[in-house]
Amino acid sequence: MAAITSDNHGLRLAARYAVLVLIAVIFIFPLIFMLMSSLKPDQQLLTDTESLRAFLPVGDISLDNYFAAFRRAPVGLFVFNSVLVTGLTVLLSLVVCSLAAFAFVFVDWRGRELVLTLILATLIVPFETIAIPLLLISANLPWIGLEGVTRGWLNSYQVQIVPFVADGLTIFLFVQYFKDLPGELIEAARVEGASWWQIYRRVVMPLAGPVLATAAILKFLAMYNQYLWPLMVVQQERYRPVMVGLQYFFQLNRAWGEIMAYLSLITVPVLAFYLFLQRAFIASIASTGVKG
Amino acid sequence: MARVSLSGIKKNYGGVEIIKGVDIDIADGEFTVFVGPSGCGKSTLLRMIAGLEDISDGTLTIGERVVNDLPPKDRSIAMVFQSYAIFPHMTVRENLAFGLTIANAPKAEKDAKVAEAARILQMEHLLERRPSQLSGGQRQRVAIGRAIVRKPGVFLFDEPLSNLDAALRVDMRMELSKLHADLGATMIYVTHDQVEAMTLADKIVVLNAGIVQQVGSPLELYHRPANIFVAGFIGSPKMNFLKVRVEAVDATSVTVGSADIGKLVLPRANATAKVGDEVTIGMRPHHLTVGGAQDITGRVVLVERLGNETLAAVVLGSGQQIIAALPGDIDVAPGQELHLATQADRASLFLANGLAA
Repeated sequence: MAAITSDNHGLRLAARYAVLVLIAVIFIFPLIFMLMSSLKPDQQLLTDTESLRAFLPVGDISLDNYFAAFRRAPVGLFVFNSVLVTGLTVLLSLVVCSLAAFAFVFVDWRGRELVLTLILATLIVPFETIAIPLLLISANLPWIGLEGVTRGWLNSYQVQIVPFVADGLTIFLFVQYFKDLPGELIEAARVEGASWWQIYRRVVMPLAGPVLATAAILKFLAMYNQYLWPLMVVQQERYRPVMVGLQYFFQLNRAWGEIMAYLSLITVPVLAFYLFLQRAFIASIASTGVKG
Repeated sequence: MARVSLSGIKKNYGGVEIIKGVDIDIADGEFTVFVGPSGCGKSTLLRMIAGLEDISDGTLTIGERVVNDLPPKDRSIAMVFQSYAIFPHMTVRENLAFGLTIANAPKAEKDAKVAEAARILQMEHLLERRPSQLSGGQRQRVAIGRAIVRKPGVFLFDEPLSNLDAALRVDMRMELSKLHADLGATMIYVTHDQVEAMTLADKIVVLNAGIVQQVGSPLELYHRPANIFVAGFIGSPKMNFLKVRVEAVDATSVTVGSADIGKLVLPRANATAKVGDEVTIGMRPHHLTVGGAQDITGRVVLVERLGNETLAAVVLGSGQQIIAALPGDIDVAPGQELHLATQADRASLFLANGLAA
């Protein structure tokens, strides 16, 4: 057996880092390209793509594209809409799906296996197949708002939020995590006199940090990137989210610099959200592989 | 404090009977240990008393109330789990006060009760720590403290020491004994370790396959086991069993014999054995001595020196093996022939159906 010397240990470490750096570069270069291009006029942007200059802040650099993007589309409104819809959906989804998973894992009731199986089966149903029925249902649902009872949810925030509050994947994540919690903790809480609600709030949820972060990030990305559904149900500009707003830049004259500026702007909330939850997210990924 | 009474308690899991009609009376303030091998139903029985498992049939009374259908919190019990089950996201103080917090108790009452429990268990200095900063023994103490804070009628312990190392287990065993003496509470304790059962219990309940084998004080079980299972389970090393034949029976004694032990007269009044029966004689390793009148002769095959005593495995003429617990510094070696004597008045006799004769 070959001895592991400090030399070849160092080499192997270097090789490993080289691979990791390469992967990181592959992932980060499109972002750098986007950011750099957003600072360049269209003519230079297109010629720069023929060389590595595409990734460097060289030539005629300015924030003009950003100003132009704001002139062409209500970027602030779109980002606000997306953040509002995404934020509310994430919050509601964490509450609803964790409660559902709690009932599936800890409460003993007839038929829970069947219901859970049905919910998990929805994971294989593509959204496109239910989009039209969902549209027809949404178009006729009643809503109680400031104007009294109205019918039809089209052109609203709720039509972008409510259909996505409960989903199989998020429930599945919570179910898996709850199953790994020691059952004796729940029993101890029951013996101490805690109600189901108290067990959920005081014992289970405080221990659910990692899965909350994972579910939140996955949900955030899915919601923030919504395109088809808002395109179908929102015709008014005041409810339009960022991804649909991208259309404003593909009409008549296509300004690549402005598109890059717009994309850079709408990437900011995603990065901010990820950085905010990064530590918990990584902890969660690690904990799914390594049992303590 | 409370007495606990189990009457005809049964438990079925999908048609399979796990607990097969258990009757036990536990007096107020008594320390009762459920002991038995893995899968005998002792933990299930405890969890049924706690209210964590439904009772399929029978009546469970705690204090003066039938509690079959009451939730755990209304049974006046507190439970200490094998894994401690202390909440990792709470400090020791919050763990101890959990039940009171849930019940919305006033802060002054909470503080007083937590301080009292911490004083009893000598862990005042640990109150602000989190479980991850505690050793196994300290975590166990927190779990016990959480039970004390509730001032329950009955304490339930589910193998609480099995995750601790050997030395700590001995310490905690003594502390539990002391705790019982101090609190005077009714305690029910589940273990598979017969040493724990012998040292802690006022009363031991031996279970096997969901059936109570015998209920009695530790010494009753040790000296007068009701059947061959209890005889084999209680005592370490295990009791030796040898096949023998009944040769004579009279009003005060039974004479048995075999090639291995010759003839042995056991004092037994009103024995149920009949002449000619194939029976089993049980001899504790500690009741075997070297030399003496009634010779059991065999060859030593294994010697284990423990310091205070020496365990010798001896193969007899018929091929049956017995263990003898001999003085620590005795001169024996494998291969050597050994003559052992037993104390006939302390030997047990079991009929073919396993019951004591």
